Amino acid sequence: MRPFTYEKATSAQDAAAKAAAMPGARFIAGGTNLLDLMKLEIETPSHLIDVNGLGLDRIEEIDGGGLRIGALVRNTDLAADQRVRKDYAVLTRALVAGASGQLRNKATTAGNLLQRTRCPYFYDTNMPCNKRKPGSGCAALGGFSRQLGVIGTSDACIATHPSDMAVAMRVLDASVETIRPDGTTRAIPIAEFHTLPGETPHIETALEKGEMIISVALPRPRGGTHIYRKVRDRASYAFALVSVAAVIQRDGKGAVALGGVAPKPWRVEEAEALLPQGPKAVADRLFAGARPREDNAFKLTLAQRTIASVMAEAKA
Amino acid sequence: MKFDKPAGTNPIDRMAVVGRPTPRIDGPLKVSGKAPYAYEQQDVPGKPAYGYILGSAVAKGTISAIDTTRAERAPGVLSVVTHRNAGKLGKGRMNTAHLLAGPKVEHYHQAVAVVVAETFEQARAAASLINVDYARESGAFDLAAARAGAKDATGSDAPTSVGDFAGAFASAGVQLDQTYTTPDQSHAMMEPHATIAAWEGDSLTIWTSNQMINWGVKELAATLQMPPEKVRLISPYIGGGFGGKLFLRTDAVMAALSARAVKRPVKVALQRPLIPNNTTHRPATIQRIRIGCGSDGRITAIGHESWSGDLEGGGPEAATQQTKLLYAGANRMTALRLAVLDLPEGNAMRAPGEAPGLMALEVAMDEMAEKLGMDPVAFRVVNDTQVDPEDPSRPFSQRNLVRCLEEGARRFGWNRRKAPGQGREGRWLVGMGVAAAFRNNINGKSGARVRLDRAGGVTVETDMTDIGTGTYTIIAQTAAEMLGVPLAKVTVKLGDSAFPVSAGSGGQWGANSSTSGVYAACVKLRDMVVGKLGFGPGDAQFEGGQVRVGNRVADIADAAKGGELVAEDTMEYGDLAKTFQQSTFGAHFVEAAVDRYTGETRIRRMLAVCAAGRILNPISARSQVIGAMTMGVGGALMEELAVDKRFGFFVNHDLAGYEVPVHMDIPHQDVVFLDEADDKVSPMKAKGVGELGLCGVGAAVANAVYNATGIRVREYPLTLDKYLDRLGEVA
Repeated sequence: MRPFTYEKATSAQDAAAKAAAMPGARFIAGGTNLLDLMKLEIETPSHLIDVNGLGLDRIEEIDGGGLRIGALVRNTDLAADQRVRKDYAVLTRALVAGASGQLRNKATTAGNLLQRTRCPYFYDTNMPCNKRKPGSGCAALGGFSRQLGVIGTSDACIATHPSDMAVAMRVLDASVETIRPDGTTRAIPIAEFHTLPGETPHIETALEKGEMIISVALPRPRGGTHIYRKVRDRASYAFALVSVAAVIQRDGKGAVALGGVAPKPWRVEEAEALLPQGPKAVADRLFAGARPREDNAFKLTLAQRTIASVMAEAKA
Repeated sequence: MKFDKPAGTNPIDRMAVVGRPTPRIDGPLKVSGKAPYAYEQQDVPGKPAYGYILGSAVAKGTISAIDTTRAERAPGVLSVVTHRNAGKLGKGRMNTAHLLAGPKVEHYHQAVAVVVAETFEQARAAASLINVDYARESGAFDLAAARAGAKDATGSDAPTSVGDFAGAFASAGVQLDQTYTTPDQSHAMMEPHATIAAWEGDSLTIWTSNQMINWGVKELAATLQMPPEKVRLISPYIGGGFGGKLFLRTDAVMAALSARAVKRPVKVALQRPLIPNNTTHRPATIQRIRIGCGSDGRITAIGHESWSGDLEGGGPEAATQQTKLLYAGANRMTALRLAVLDLPEGNAMRAPGEAPGLMALEVAMDEMAEKLGMDPVAFRVVNDTQVDPEDPSRPFSQRNLVRCLEEGARRFGWNRRKAPGQGREGRWLVGMGVAAAFRNNINGKSGARVRLDRAGGVTVETDMTDIGTGTYTIIAQTAAEMLGVPLAKVTVKLGDSAFPVSAGSGGQWGANSSTSGVYAACVKLRDMVVGKLGFGPGDAQFEGGQVRVGNRVADIADAAKGGELVAEDTMEYGDLAKTFQQSTFGAHFVEAAVDRYTGETRIRRMLAVCAAGRILNPISARSQVIGAMTMGVGGALMEELAVDKRFGFFVNHDLAGYEVPVHMDIPHQDVVFLDEADDKVSPMKAKGVGELGLCGVGAAVANAVYNATGIRVREYPLTLDKYLDRLGEVA
C-alpha cells in the first residue's frame, strides 16, 4: 500500500469538487474492495475522500412511485428493506447471493456498482493486464479464463463485472444518479453506466472526472415473479459462473439480465421478446456474437440451462 | 521403552479417562484468544520489526539484476535481505527448492527478498519498490505433456509386481482400463506460515507454526549452517497445517536472516497470495487403473500406475500406495512415474498418496462393480483380504474393512440406492455413493518428560505439536489414566524443542505415537513413585489420586514430598510393523444431489464408519474425521490449483480463487468408530484417524454423482463444466 492522504468530504458536491481537483483521488465508502486492492497496489490512490456521513444512506420513496437508494446504503440494509423485499425482490435476492454477511454490512450501493473485476490476472501484479496497466497486454487471453467473460469482451480484456446487485438493478431498469464537480446532477440509465472494454478496459463506467454517485433510482414496481439464480462452484461466498436476474410476468413476458458472462450486467431487450419461444431462443439472442474461450465456453450452455431453470421456476 | 511384542493388559485398558469423550483442554484458551499463535507471541526479547517477503515474478530463470536502493530509503525500512547479502545458505534435506532465490529462480513466488521495517505496512510498501530484472527461461509446466518423459520412481516408491499381471489381465473375463486425473491442491490452512525470530549471540530462537519441531530445528540449522543445539524452536499452537507445515519454509529462514541483519527480533508471515506458489502443494496426478475379474467378482489382476511431477530432485505423489494392500488378487502391479516440472515444489498434503490414489481406485472399483452387475459394497467385500496381498505371510494386525462397509450400508440405508440416473426429486437428481477408506498406520519414535509435583500435579513436556487435532487433550488423558489422577491435575506443554523429541504431527501418526511416548514416561514415573513411597514390589494400582500396592495406600502427592519427581522416556518400536501390516480402515457413504438444469452438486448426507484401533477421545477423533470429510468434499467438487502453462504458476493463488467448502456446502455428517483395540501397534492400542477420514471421500462423492446422473466424470474436481452437456435436455 502506498502512502495516501485522507479527508472527509462535507457534502456530495464538495466530494466531487475535491476529487476533480486532486489528481489520484478516490472516494472511499465501505472500502471492501478498494482497501484490498490498495494493499496489493493494484489501486494506488494518493488521496482518499471519505464519503461516509454525507446523509446518503437513506432509502426514500419517489413521488409517483419508485425508490431512491442512497449511494451509501449498505448492502445489508438494502436487502432487508421492506419495500425492496416486497416490490423489488430480485434485488434483495441478488444482494444476499453476494459476498458474506460481514462484507454486506460494510459494502455500499455505489461501491458495489464500482467494484473491480475479480480476474486473477488483474490481481497478480506480476502479470500483464490492460485494465490494471493500460497497454501492458492481457494475460488472461490464452490463460486460465474459466471465470471470465464470453461476450462484450475485447482483444484487450475479457474480465467480467462481479456484482450481483448490478445485475438485478439492470433487470429493474434502475438509473444511477450522480453529482458533478460543478454541482450539476444527472441520471445515467444503468444500461449505459458500465462501459465495454474495447481498447480501453481501464475505463469501466460512464462517470466523468470527479463525478460521484449519490443515489440509484428504481422505477415504479412492475410486479411479476422475481428470481435471482446464481450458479457457482460452491454454495455460498463465490462469484457467479453465471447468474440470471429475472422478472417474469403472468403472461410469460418479462425481463432477464445475466451476470458472470460479460464486463457489465448483460441484458439484450430483444432477447426478452423471445421468452415465449423458450430458453434456447432467448440465450441464442443474448449471446449472439459471443466469443468464449476454451475454458469458459461452458458458460453458454450453462446460461441457457439457467434461464431454463428460471423460466420453469417462474411457471411453477 | 521398546514396543516389540503385542501389548498385554496395561493401565490404559481401564479406559477411565482415555476413550472418554473429552472436550479439548485448550479450548477455553483458543476461544478467548489467549492461545498465542506464532505471529502473536509476546515473550520476545525486544520489539519486533516486520519482515515482508517479495516473491519471484517468474517461474524459472535467473535474477540478472536486483536494485533495492529505493526500498532501503523508504520510510521505516531497516534492511533488505536478498541472496546478495544473506550470506551462504545451505538447504534442508527435505526442501527441494531453496528457500531464498538467487541468482537462480526455481519456481514462481520463490522468495527473492525480505524487507524489514518498523511496521508491517512500511515493509509491504517498500517491497514494491524493489526492482528485479529476471532472465526468464522456458520450463515444463504441463504434466500431461511431460508424462511421456516421466521416469519410474525409485527406492520405496519403485514399481512393484506380483504374479503375472499382464497375462492375468489379458485373460480376465471382465476388464476395466480407465484413466483418472487429480489436480494440484493447496493446503489452504487458516493460519499462514509465520515466524518470529530472535538472536542472542549465536543462538537463535524462533516462534513459528510447524508440525515437526525436531525436523524444523535440524533443517533450519542446516540452512543457516549453524549447530542445531543453537536453535530453539517454539510452536505451541498451530492454526492448521495439513502437511504444509511439516517442513521448514521461508518464513522461518527469512525471519532468522532478517533478525540477524537488523539485530532485533523480526516477525514474518507469508501473505496469503504468496502461499500456494511459495510453499508446497499436493501434486496433480494422472492415474491409469486396470482391474481384471472373473464373473464371480473376484479380482484376478489389479494394476495401478500414477504419473506426477515435481522439481528436479523432488518426489512422486505416491498414489498407488493403497493399491498394494487394499484388495486381494494374485496378479498385481503398481508403478509411480515422476516427471520433472518447473511448477512450485510438491510435497505432502493430508493423506499424501492415499487421498488422490483412492479418488481414482475407488471410482474404478465402482465402475468394475457395475460391469460385473454387483453391488459396490458386495464387490468390495468379496475382494477383502486379511493378509498383505503382495506378501501373504504378513497378516494385517487388525482389519475390519468388511464390518465398516456392512455397518455403513445398514446405517446409511444403502438398500434404498437406485440405478444410475433413476433418483429424482423435483429438479434434483439424487444418488448414493460408497468408497473404502484406507490409510497405513505409522508409528514414530516419541519421547516425553513427566513431572509430579508436591501437590500431586502432573506436567507433561514433549515437543509434540497440536495442529488443531486435540493433542493437548489426549496427552492429558493418557497421563491422567496412567497416574490415576483427575484430568484437571494434568498440565500439558507442547511444541518446544527444549522438550523431549516426539514423533510430531503428520501422516496420522501423531496421536498414537505421542501418547505412547507419554505412556513410556509414565511407566517410569510410576516406578519412581512406588519406590519413593517405599511400597516395594507388587502390582501397583494408581487410582483416584492414590497409589495402592496390596494393602498399602498413599496419596500420589506423597511421593513428591521430598521434591518433584521427573521421569523421561522414549517409546521405540521393534519389528511388529514388519510382521504385521498395520493399517486403518473405513467406509464412506455419500448422498449427493445434482441440479438437472445447472449441474450444481450439493452433498446431502455423509457417513464415515472407521476402524482405527482404540479411539483415544471420541470428540476430537470425530472432529478430525468430519474435518477430513469436508476436505474430501472440497477435493471432489471444487479444489484445484489452476496451472498457467505459459507462465508456470498457480493462477488462483488466494482464498477467493482457490475455493474450499463453506458451511452451506456441508450437510449432516455422521461418524461411527468401530470398537477396536489393536494390540500389535502400541500400548495405547490406537491408530490414526486424521487422514483416514479423508481417504476415499472424493471417490464416494464422485460415485454418488454418477449414481445421481448416470454420467461418469474421471477428472477431478467434478465441476459442472465437465458434464453439463451430458445432463440431458431441459425445456
